[in-house]
Amino acid sequence: MKKWTHSMHRGRVATAGDVDVPGKMKTRIPVVLLACGSFNPITNMHLRLFEVARDHLHQTGLYQVMEGIISPVNDNYRKKDLVSSHHRVAMARLALQSSDWIRVDSWESEQAQWMETVNVLRHHQSQLLRYGTQMEGLDSAAPELKLLCGADVLKTFQTPNLWKDSHIQEIVEKFGLVCVNRAGHDPKGYILGSPILCKYQHNIHLAREPVLNEISATYVRRALAQGQSVKYLLPDAVIAYIKDHGLYMTDSSQKARSTQKNKGKTS
Amino acid sequence: MGTANPNESRLTEGSAPRGRVATAGDVDVPGKMKTRIPVVLLACGSFNPITNMHLRLFEVARDHLHQTGLYQVMEGIISPVNDNYRKKDLVSSHHRVAMARLALQSSDWIRVDSWESEQAQWMETVNVLRHHQSQLLRYGTQMEGLDSAAPELKLLCGADVLKTFQTPNLWKDSHIQEIVEKFGLVCVNRAGHDPKGYILGSPILCKYQHNIHLAREPVLNEISATYVRRALAQGQSVKYLLPDAVIAYIKDHGLYMTDSSQKARSTQKNKGKTS
Repeated sequence: MKKWTHSMHRGRVATAGDVDVPGKMKTRIPVVLLACGSFNPITNMHLRLFEVARDHLHQTGLYQVMEGIISPVNDNYRKKDLVSSHHRVAMARLALQSSDWIRVDSWESEQAQWMETVNVLRHHQSQLLRYGTQMEGLDSAAPELKLLCGADVLKTFQTPNLWKDSHIQEIVEKFGLVCVNRAGHDPKGYILGSPILCKYQHNIHLAREPVLNEISATYVRRALAQGQSVKYLLPDAVIAYIKDHGLYMTDSSQKARSTQKNKGKTS
Repeated sequence: MGTANPNESRLTEGSAPRGRVATAGDVDVPGKMKTRIPVVLLACGSFNPITNMHLRLFEVARDHLHQTGLYQVMEGIISPVNDNYRKKDLVSSHHRVAMARLALQSSDWIRVDSWESEQAQWMETVNVLRHHQSQLLRYGTQMEGLDSAAPELKLLCGADVLKTFQTPNLWKDSHIQEIVEKFGLVCVNRAGHDPKGYILGSPILCKYQHNIHLAREPVLNEISATYVRRALAQGQSVKYLLPDAVIAYIKDHGLYMTDSSQKARSTQKNKGKTS
């Protein structure tokens, strides 16, 4: 415990605003946030998820967010218009240049197969137990790894045959969920409507973004294909990358909406 | 060239490929030259502080006008309001101008103009338009100078501002008329607004609706500066809602550390000012 609080003052601990540490040391639970998704491409809204989630957890007074991880999905997920993962990883890396606590991780995208979210969580959890975070190393108590997502993903837990029940349970019981609300969603309602979610609702954190910031990557791809500006919706470095590599020049979103099995993947 | 007006031919021939003309995506110039009307967009407001949403207004408006095939947007101007406007929590104009300048570092077509903020008094929107119109007639845009046809200056705003035209005693009728008749309006829709309805409900707006361009931002991007100020005062992150350089400026100068927005909503006379 003492070692962990010492690390709070070490160089690059992620603090949002003012985290009060009065004379009598508060021990907060260290947390790492993991977001899985297409990130096709990454947008300012994806990045906001992390900021909002971190602020929310800090304001409970119970948690200290040590790190954020973006894990772009494997190419074998075969979602329409999914550009190669090496591009999606590169774009996320560019987007995160100005962040001192969020990083991109390419492990999921480098596997031979697509894998379910719970497997990605298990992998990162074991990495954290072995090596600690990239910021703090092993000098601190092992952080709790939580899945970060929008309310739309929480809703997908209801879709029949999309998630294994055992996976949903493992996610909310062993890991925990931080869910950032989106326009048109009712996360409390989704929880109440599910016995598993109800049972572990103490492990589901609902964060609110008061700013309506619905920058859909689908819209961004369409705008790019139509030659419209996406400036100020994504970081400039990502836009430059997209132009340099000729990405998203065509777009199939005008076709009938495909049935997407998006197991916990943010678009 | 086929066009009698040398200015027009210069515009289509010379200006499109010249270094820093504002183009959005691909503006087609086929073998037979198209003559587009040059336009400058002016946004008045508090910009307290400037946010990504303000910046998006320009991008969406420009794309919209280009897609009509009729216009070529040459320049965008952000004109932060005078301190004497006395809106709650309005930080000094030299900060608001500085933040806008930082935000626009990465833009090759939008600039900030401090003339309005430097005047001794607050002034009505139509006066700011008149000023910039006369500057354009004299000097052209900062990009093209006087080598092109004089651009049309249009007021850029969100649909919420269009709605304020209905508020009794907020705008002079003669000013509304001048804005839509002599200048023109480019209005970017916002969630919860019905700009077509606002136009239909007003005889003046109806009459000049050909001069009111309604642009749509399909992305819900309601980054309210009011929310940003509150978040800053509460120590919450505003990263990715405003440019990093603006956030750094705010921290360096200790701006927005307190916030009065929790008090009862004040009656704001916001004559055409975007918040």
